[in-house]
Amino acid sequence: MATEYTEFVEKDGKVIAKPQTKVIWRTFWILLIITVLEFVVAFTLPHHMHLLKVAIFVGMTILKAGYIIGEFMHLAHEVKSLFWTILVPVVFIAWLVLALLLEGGFIASY
Amino acid sequence: MATHAAAEPKHLWLGGAEPMKASYGKLMMWIFLLSDAFTFSGLLIAYGLVRYSHPAFEGAPHDFVFSPQYWPIPEKVFEAVPFFHGQSMPLVFVGLMTFILIFSSVTMVLAVEAGHRRDKADVEKWMLWTILGGFTFLGSQAWEWAHFIHGAEKPTLVNDIVNGVQITKEVFGANLHINQYGPQPFADFFFFITGFHGTHVFSGVLLNVIIFFNVCMGLYERRGHYEMVEKVGLYWHFVDLVWVFVFTFFYLV
Repeated sequence: MATEYTEFVEKDGKVIAKPQTKVIWRTFWILLIITVLEFVVAFTLPHHMHLLKVAIFVGMTILKAGYIIGEFMHLAHEVKSLFWTILVPVVFIAWLVLALLLEGGFIASY
Repeated sequence: MATHAAAEPKHLWLGGAEPMKASYGKLMMWIFLLSDAFTFSGLLIAYGLVRYSHPAFEGAPHDFVFSPQYWPIPEKVFEAVPFFHGQSMPLVFVGLMTFILIFSSVTMVLAVEAGHRRDKADVEKWMLWTILGGFTFLGSQAWEWAHFIHGAEKPTLVNDIVNGVQITKEVFGANLHINQYGPQPFADFFFFITGFHGTHVFSGVLLNVIIFFNVCMGLYERRGHYEMVEKVGLYWHFVDLVWVFVFTFFYLV
């Protein structure tokens, strides 16, 4: 919505702004490349480096989530109060991840 | 005008008449998606808890066989691709499904962009591509479920107690009672997590079809803006976002 259109074309007898899709396609390529990299990591890193693999996967997933939320869902370009309203409650998810994974490890050791 | 601006504490909401510069519908869509994110997190984190409370397979990956004794390696379970019967192609099909969903997210954002320019024909075109992508994903998931339920080429031998007598039986595939790939919760979580996500995709496709119909009827052209496309787009991107997490934590890790 913040986009300023400078070029216009005529279509079906109406004057319509020219599409500005550069950022959209760039985001698409970034997402695709990250997914391909995930496959490369999944099949090249040896089995005993499982923890490193998981760390890479989690990092790449968060990166992908950032691009989807920020660019596709446009949150990065909304006002700061909306941005933080959505982002801050996610700490509860992070807490639950830590709490339950630790708990799972304890259950396994009994 | 200057006095009006001074009277309103703009820095609090940053939007003037509309809090956070977003319409009511858009704001509520965001809040709904946040609550939905909590629901999906609950499912995925519960999966993590149950997985880490089961032993992992200790040996080398090429020695792996299905057993209820330990959690399966996902790439050994999800290795089938339609039309390539009997060939081991680990994660290729889910990779394709991921691509389909990301691509349909791109066509959705292109529809939103066309809506900003009030280019009705372009909105119609990109909405239609998005709907097609949604149906393709749903079809792929139906195939994946069918394959998961029917099972691998060879059965897994599972101990069971029938009428107080211990027997060993051959098990093909999985459902909510029996599972050839590993411990029972593995199948249960597969059905619940991918099923809950698939239900979201299905309702997303329905919403897209309704909005597409309204676009074609010229409703938003008369209204003067295409914000409904934007709102349904938010939901559609969220479905894609959830799949990114399901893909990593169910299939890759």
